Amino acid sequence: MSSTPLPGIHPAPAVPHVPAHAPGVHPEPTSFWRKYIFSTDHKVIGKQYLFYSLFMLVIGGFLAGLVRWQLAWPGKPITFMGKLFPEGMPNGQMLPEFYNSLFTMHATIMIFFAIMPILIGAFGNFVIPIQIGARDMAFPRLNLASFWVAVPAAVVILWSFFVTGGAAQSGWTSYAPLSAVQPKGQTLWLLALLILGISSLLSAVNFITTIINMRAPGMTFFRLPLTVWALFITAILLLLALPVLSGAMIMLLFDRVLGTTFFLPSGLVISGNALTNAGGGQALLWQHLFWFFGHPEVYIMILPAMGITSEILPVFARKPIFGYRAMAYSIMGIAGLGWIVWGHHMFQSGMNPILGTTFMISTMVIAVPSAIKTFNWLGTLWGGVIHFTTPMLCALSFVAMFVIGGLSGVFMASTPVDVFIHDTYFIVGHIHYVLFGGSLFGAFAGIYYWYPKMFGRMMNERWGKIHWFLTFVTFNFIFFPMHFLGMRGMQRRIYDYSQYAHLKGLQPMNQFMTISLFVLGAAQVILVLNFFLSMRRGRVAGANPWRANTLEWQTSSPPPHSNFDAIPTVYRGPYEYSAPGRADDHWPQNEPPSGAAPVSAHG
Amino acid sequence: MTFRKILRTGWLALLGAFAPAFAGALPFWMKLPEGVSSFSADIDWLFRLILWITGIIFLVVEAILVIFLIRYRHREGRRAHYTHGNNRLEVIWTIVPAVICVVLALLSRRLWADIKQRMPEDAMQVEVTAEQFAWNIRYPGPDGKFGTGDDIVTLNQFHFPVGKKVVVSLHSKDVIHSFFLPEFRVKQDAVPGMTTKVWFDAARVGQWEIACAELCGLGHYRMKGFLTADSPEDFEKWLAEQAASNAPPPPAAAAAPAAPAPAPEEAKKGS
Repeated sequence: MSSTPLPGIHPAPAVPHVPAHAPGVHPEPTSFWRKYIFSTDHKVIGKQYLFYSLFMLVIGGFLAGLVRWQLAWPGKPITFMGKLFPEGMPNGQMLPEFYNSLFTMHATIMIFFAIMPILIGAFGNFVIPIQIGARDMAFPRLNLASFWVAVPAAVVILWSFFVTGGAAQSGWTSYAPLSAVQPKGQTLWLLALLILGISSLLSAVNFITTIINMRAPGMTFFRLPLTVWALFITAILLLLALPVLSGAMIMLLFDRVLGTTFFLPSGLVISGNALTNAGGGQALLWQHLFWFFGHPEVYIMILPAMGITSEILPVFARKPIFGYRAMAYSIMGIAGLGWIVWGHHMFQSGMNPILGTTFMISTMVIAVPSAIKTFNWLGTLWGGVIHFTTPMLCALSFVAMFVIGGLSGVFMASTPVDVFIHDTYFIVGHIHYVLFGGSLFGAFAGIYYWYPKMFGRMMNERWGKIHWFLTFVTFNFIFFPMHFLGMRGMQRRIYDYSQYAHLKGLQPMNQFMTISLFVLGAAQVILVLNFFLSMRRGRVAGANPWRANTLEWQTSSPPPHSNFDAIPTVYRGPYEYSAPGRADDHWPQNEPPSGAAPVSAHG
Repeated sequence: MTFRKILRTGWLALLGAFAPAFAGALPFWMKLPEGVSSFSADIDWLFRLILWITGIIFLVVEAILVIFLIRYRHREGRRAHYTHGNNRLEVIWTIVPAVICVVLALLSRRLWADIKQRMPEDAMQVEVTAEQFAWNIRYPGPDGKFGTGDDIVTLNQFHFPVGKKVVVSLHSKDVIHSFFLPEFRVKQDAVPGMTTKVWFDAARVGQWEIACAELCGLGHYRMKGFLTADSPEDFEKWLAEQAASNAPPPPAAAAAPAAPAPAPEEAKKGS
């Protein structure tokens, strides 16, 4: 099976080492600071983003644990937490406002500080230049700036837990006017995301420029690996969507600190006090701006994972991707339609119901490109020779779980059904099937797949599979029941559901979900250990342990400072596996064609 | 392969979990709550239709996935089938989901218009003003107009006659709330600076709860009201009692104080 070492193919043609003055090649820095901390090397920056996002993932998961604790055993104290948060959890007893800040910060950290940096920051940076055959990003210093702008954003968001009144508590969507009148943790929330937005914009510009301008000779757009396609479109979405969020956040910041009233209508009375400065603003304006960013954001978080999945399935099915162009076009279709569906978050918001109908139709249509992708993944598996390696298991989980997340979306796309399930746990279940079952399994797949390229050694397959299995099972135990909770009408974001008659009898299910979460959390220790121990103890990977075709595997592991000894020339598409007439079942993109070999269908 | 066994057991277990659904003996948590309003059955019908369609797609897709994983697992000496795709298949699996989705959208459109777009004409009018963390209910009183001296105001107690359509005009004093009646399949945000409308009716006499479905601050979880469908006579009696116990209500702008207090005790006893 695939756990036995596969014969690696050798790095690109052995050319004498490129002299330091060759165009585009800079000597490797020698000082520790320039090499590991303030590096302009995209590979180092990619790893920095990886550690950054894994660290934030642990914190986000810890917050989820506290939320689920309260849902399983409402009001039961956790003594040691009283010491960490004396204000929010006096004597370990969680207060409602603290609960609100927990789910707010869980979502904020997971979305902006874990999923986006791991998919875009880590894999985007590490993979794009070596997959397109470039020596680095187009703007290496911009890349350095992008990471080091993201760091203070994380510091500010974590610091906000310890200011008076605690961290932001108006949900990750921060609906105004609530977000305009919350304690100052909300201001820090806005500042952190504004800072992080700068980082994302720098990355987006860099990715787009790099992919357009720095592809190796022969690397046409339709020979790009689908990971690069996905990250390319993601970067465009980021570039266009993020300024809208930043603009809205600046307006909200002004409402909070400068006395403007963009989102504050006349006559507001908060806790019995008339808000004298309020007037003329529109509460719904925030939602329109937020979701105009927020829906493309959903695709920003899923497209890279789709790209990774499309990358991994052909490698381990030893078969070309089914419908390469359909895959690329459906990414573009999702990205295009993603701009006209934001109103489906606002069906019950007071937005004109006729607009609701329009948004319902566009939302139903956007299900189609996702369906196309799913069927093409199945087509890729059909007739393949499937190796169940850990990255493959994670990528297959992505497909299996994304189906659930996609189908459950149809319920809320239907406006009348959404009347009932909107703002219930049905929605929470849906987004977690997309963001955890989808994005995070995609990220796990990426970690297991590119680890050998990043660190030159293999992760342990056995422990990888145990980690995958425990995560997959407990993930479903946690999130599938959320659909049932939603069907019973359990609202999201409530501190104590025992208040309501219609939610009686749901505690045992909540306890089951919480216990499953604890098992899931414990299972991640396996990943962490496997990750760090394999750096020293893992089997040496060689250049191409998976016998893959794309360019990153045609150079040593880890690649040299300038990635390739000589810039490769690309002769064919990225997924030429098991081509007839060849003894070898893989066919690297840069292997010069021999007269006898058949020409690829993807020129 | 042990992996194959694990998968097979997993899928059998999953099918086993769904078996009761086919036997019709569902535990309570697999069922929608009782539906009370006249359109709740329509919403539930649509919910179940989508459940059947997506459920079948789910089972078929996941079954194909598992079958492919087993059938095409790696075995020595077998080589993968070399293909780049099939345009006819691409067209089929683009059109079929598109048609299903458009049909669902059309089916939803009419019901949506009935619930949210058109308010019934001959309905009883009630104003609900949400605030952190209570529901102020206002009836127009004998003159049929809001904001006059004979308005009847209650806190967290919403009574209405069974069988009668009620149109609720929603306001908010402070932040966004959401007027959620789970058993009525009603949900509508109450937005400061706006009036939003929603209607419902009840097929039977009974008491239910009003829940807040939009995060509105630290007391969001306990922003609960009581909804009572009375017989017409009981409703008139209740309204008369409220009118009697109501001091002349202040004008709408300076309505009840913002104390997030529990419901007043005299109003607490519904029918």
